[in-house]
Amino acid sequence: MNQLSERKIVIVGVFILVGLAFITRLFYIQVIDDTYKLAAINQAFRPTTEFPLRGYIFDRNNKLLVYNEAAYDLMVLPKNVKNIDTVDFCSLLGIEKDAFIKKMKKAVQAPNSPRRESVFEKQLSPRDYAALQERLYRFPGFWVQSRTLRKYPMKIASHMLGYIGEADKAMTEKDPYYKEGDYIGISGVEKTYEKVLRGKKGKRIMLVDVNNRDKGSYMNGIYDTAAIPGQPLTSTLDAELQLYGEMLMLNKIGSVVAIEPQTGEILALVTSPTYDPNLLVGRERAKNFGKLYLDTIGVPLFNRATMASYPPGSTFKLMMALIGQQDGVLTPNTKYPCSRGYAPMGGHPKCHPHSSPLDLTDAIGHSCNSYFSYVFKSVIENKKYHGTEEAFTAWRDNALSFCIGKKTGSDLANELRGNLPSIKYYDKVFGKHSWKASTVISLGIGQAELGITPLQNANVVAIIANRGWYYTPHIIKAIGNNPNDTTLNRFKTKHFTTITDTSIYANVIQGMSDAVQSGTAAALKIDGVDFCAKTGTAENPHGKDHSVFVAFAPKYNPKIAIAVLVENAGFGASWAGPIASLMMEKYLTGKIKRPELERKMFEGDLIHKTKPIEKNKQ
Amino acid sequence: MRKTNNNNIFDNIDWVTVLIYLMLVMMGWMNIYSAVYNEEHYIITDISQKYGKQMIWIGTSLILALIILIIDENFYTAFAYIIFAFFLLANIAVPFLGREVKGSRSWFRFGDFGIQPAEFMKFATNLAIAKFLGNQHIKIADYKNTFVTLLIIGIPLIVIKILQDETGLAIVFIAFIFTLYREGLSVNYLLLGFLAIVLFILALLVNNIYLFVIIGTLCAIALLVSRRNKTSLFVIAVAGLLSCSMVKGTSYVYEHMEAHQKVRIDVLLGRGTVDLKKEGYNVNQAKIAIGSGGFFGKGYLQGTQTKYDFVPEQDTDFIFCTVGEEWGFLGSSFVIIMQLVLMIRLVFMSERQRSPFSRIYGYGVASVLFFHMAVNVGMTIGLAPVIGIPLPFFSYGGSSLWSFTILLFIFIKLDSHRLQILR
Repeated sequence: MNQLSERKIVIVGVFILVGLAFITRLFYIQVIDDTYKLAAINQAFRPTTEFPLRGYIFDRNNKLLVYNEAAYDLMVLPKNVKNIDTVDFCSLLGIEKDAFIKKMKKAVQAPNSPRRESVFEKQLSPRDYAALQERLYRFPGFWVQSRTLRKYPMKIASHMLGYIGEADKAMTEKDPYYKEGDYIGISGVEKTYEKVLRGKKGKRIMLVDVNNRDKGSYMNGIYDTAAIPGQPLTSTLDAELQLYGEMLMLNKIGSVVAIEPQTGEILALVTSPTYDPNLLVGRERAKNFGKLYLDTIGVPLFNRATMASYPPGSTFKLMMALIGQQDGVLTPNTKYPCSRGYAPMGGHPKCHPHSSPLDLTDAIGHSCNSYFSYVFKSVIENKKYHGTEEAFTAWRDNALSFCIGKKTGSDLANELRGNLPSIKYYDKVFGKHSWKASTVISLGIGQAELGITPLQNANVVAIIANRGWYYTPHIIKAIGNNPNDTTLNRFKTKHFTTITDTSIYANVIQGMSDAVQSGTAAALKIDGVDFCAKTGTAENPHGKDHSVFVAFAPKYNPKIAIAVLVENAGFGASWAGPIASLMMEKYLTGKIKRPELERKMFEGDLIHKTKPIEKNKQ
Repeated sequence: MRKTNNNNIFDNIDWVTVLIYLMLVMMGWMNIYSAVYNEEHYIITDISQKYGKQMIWIGTSLILALIILIIDENFYTAFAYIIFAFFLLANIAVPFLGREVKGSRSWFRFGDFGIQPAEFMKFATNLAIAKFLGNQHIKIADYKNTFVTLLIIGIPLIVIKILQDETGLAIVFIAFIFTLYREGLSVNYLLLGFLAIVLFILALLVNNIYLFVIIGTLCAIALLVSRRNKTSLFVIAVAGLLSCSMVKGTSYVYEHMEAHQKVRIDVLLGRGTVDLKKEGYNVNQAKIAIGSGGFFGKGYLQGTQTKYDFVPEQDTDFIFCTVGEEWGFLGSSFVIIMQLVLMIRLVFMSERQRSPFSRIYGYGVASVLFFHMAVNVGMTIGLAPVIGIPLPFFSYGGSSLWSFTILLFIFIKLDSHRLQILR
């Protein structure tokens, strides 16, 4: 018996041995081996992104231009999809079984994978979502991620506002903040102010059970970060004026840019034809984009206000008037003859019938081609300079300081430089030293190679209105309701042109005023508003001349500077002038006292070949 | 002697054992709460939930323990065979009289409430073994007595396995080998059993032809080393032949196993390719849950693998996963150590008994607890095949908690009268 009781040691030994084996094993899988921890994270953790609300955009009077509407992306993690009732699922989503199979295939194949979540169905409407949500638990591997879609209550200013799209691979590589499929500003303000508007994405670590059901945040969310909503933007745009401009420009090709001269704030930026910005949102976007893209006549996706370069035409005569005086070759009393054209070049450029000779203000008022050809010649052949090149350079520098031939530096996403020909260019065309003032004489009346965007044109008018200075034109005046945001600092610097003598401007302004009182724009007077204007007819090598009109109002202490261009519409006073005049009246007085003119402009259709111009003449 | 009996029933009770018991039961309850935690019913005493029900099982277990302590100690010796016979009959009857629940034929149902007689067969069998071997005239070394003892163990095992098809509940009876060993069973039997297990595993893992070669070589070496007389020659020849037939028999036994049992063995031994989504799922998920607990654990109620149903049966057979995940290495080793402390204490308590009946019974208790712990914890960490048996005092379930309580407290009662010789 005694001997047998020793066997207890063996038994206890076995107990302890097994216990030690277990504890060793536990130490290995719990402390040393990490694979189980990773496996647990893979299984039970689902990192989700919380998308911030994109910032709203308001106009200068706090009218809402852009807001967000909830949309829901149906997400899928294919490895978790099993034993689902496909028929039921398809009917719930309103898709065919084939479509389901196709979408599943897409979710599994590269660049997606069974272990990687992807969007199964984009942008469900809140109604579809409500129907789906209740029954989603029956479809493991599927869940819904809320997103936001942009909405435009006033349906205006689509080019200026721009649109957002999904980030593609190139964008994600450039900025790792973005994941493929994230929304990103593609054009307009959405692009320029992307960093402000987007806010900051939040991260949540969700726990899911074995059926992929949501079980709340990991550790009650201590590792989660909340999404920071994007900041609202206050635009300089006057929504009413913008809308009015778009209505006036309906069925015409062209552009209107209106700037508040004292601040450089863009009041209206119309390009026509335009489109309803809501078309480029949501599931119909690709379809609508294709349609707009294929419209090669109107090219509605093209932002003419900043991207189209036109010969400035007669409005450039204002520049010539300023430069001539600045260079001391022109005074208000300088008179030049006109014989229905510029005599030294055999009557080219041609001019229209008017009395001759004219002084400066009359020449501006009547937009005399001959007069400004003389002015150009006197500027380029100025004895002050040593030769054509030096004089031309001085001329060019003057024009450059008005942002002609260079970008204004606005916050509009895409801006064209325009064209201000250089010496180099003419040397190449004509050969070094083998060109002179008369060779390039049509520069003096804003033709030849000159190219200027409507935005630049409006800016030139604003400079004249200000008598020599400008603020960089801009479309956003406050970020997050803060007008002093440092991003906006560059719009607070006053830029002076090379021409600073206000009396020089006074003479030009007097001419512009005369144009309204008794000149080319005499038919466009606004009751109670004393404004200054210059008509233009930009010769168009590709077809009928463009109708151009620049103006500012009131004459003293100007509140609005405007540049209007209507393509292929002939004289400046026939289409561009009335539109500019009506817009100034609308902006300054709030109402229109010329319903007849307004109706004519609203109804004028220069696109659909109803020969409106002929009608106009009758 | 009678007089001492009539004293307070709590006299001479081994409070250390009782305290460890209470501690394990409470820890079990806490872990069940965490494993099946339901936010809508967060009160631990909510009896619509398993943790509420477990509270009832714990309460009734304590009442049972009290009754056992009150009953005269001689009752257990006197009625050992009758109790054994009663539960054996119940186990034979249950497949015919009980109601089938989820394909299981081992339950008696009383309304909402179920009883698994196989659980109670453990203490009944333990009583019968103690009664039989406790007889001073019985020596286990006698082949006849060995046979009878093996019958006492084997009959319930076969009844539960064949009639009720409950492998987990049946296989537990193997635990009594420890008792028999302590009472003098020849070491040869154990070595034979050990050899059988090793050869079974090897036969499944290694090409059988190599095994035969190895066995042959070992026999040849043994012949060279040993004294070359008739006896040693005979022993070596028998051992060699037996080994070879065991290897051969393995494939036969394996082929005749049920598919899910084959798979469990394959998973344990890592044979072939294991699909972690199918046959390998349980063990893999159990390991993930425990492994992800780390050193300190994720914290109480913070487990994700167990709470979110990745681990199957996380409140019953896989309750140890919750311990491992939420309490980490510290907590799970603590649980193992506490179980070991209880078993070892039971062994030493057994050795202090004057009555062979009490001693043998005590060893039985320790053996059964050890077997449960070894298989249950072993399977969750991939060291034992998946067999559905509970972790003593931890797993959810009335029958098992009652059964372990009765098993343990009969011994505590016997121990409190350890100075007596019981028959």
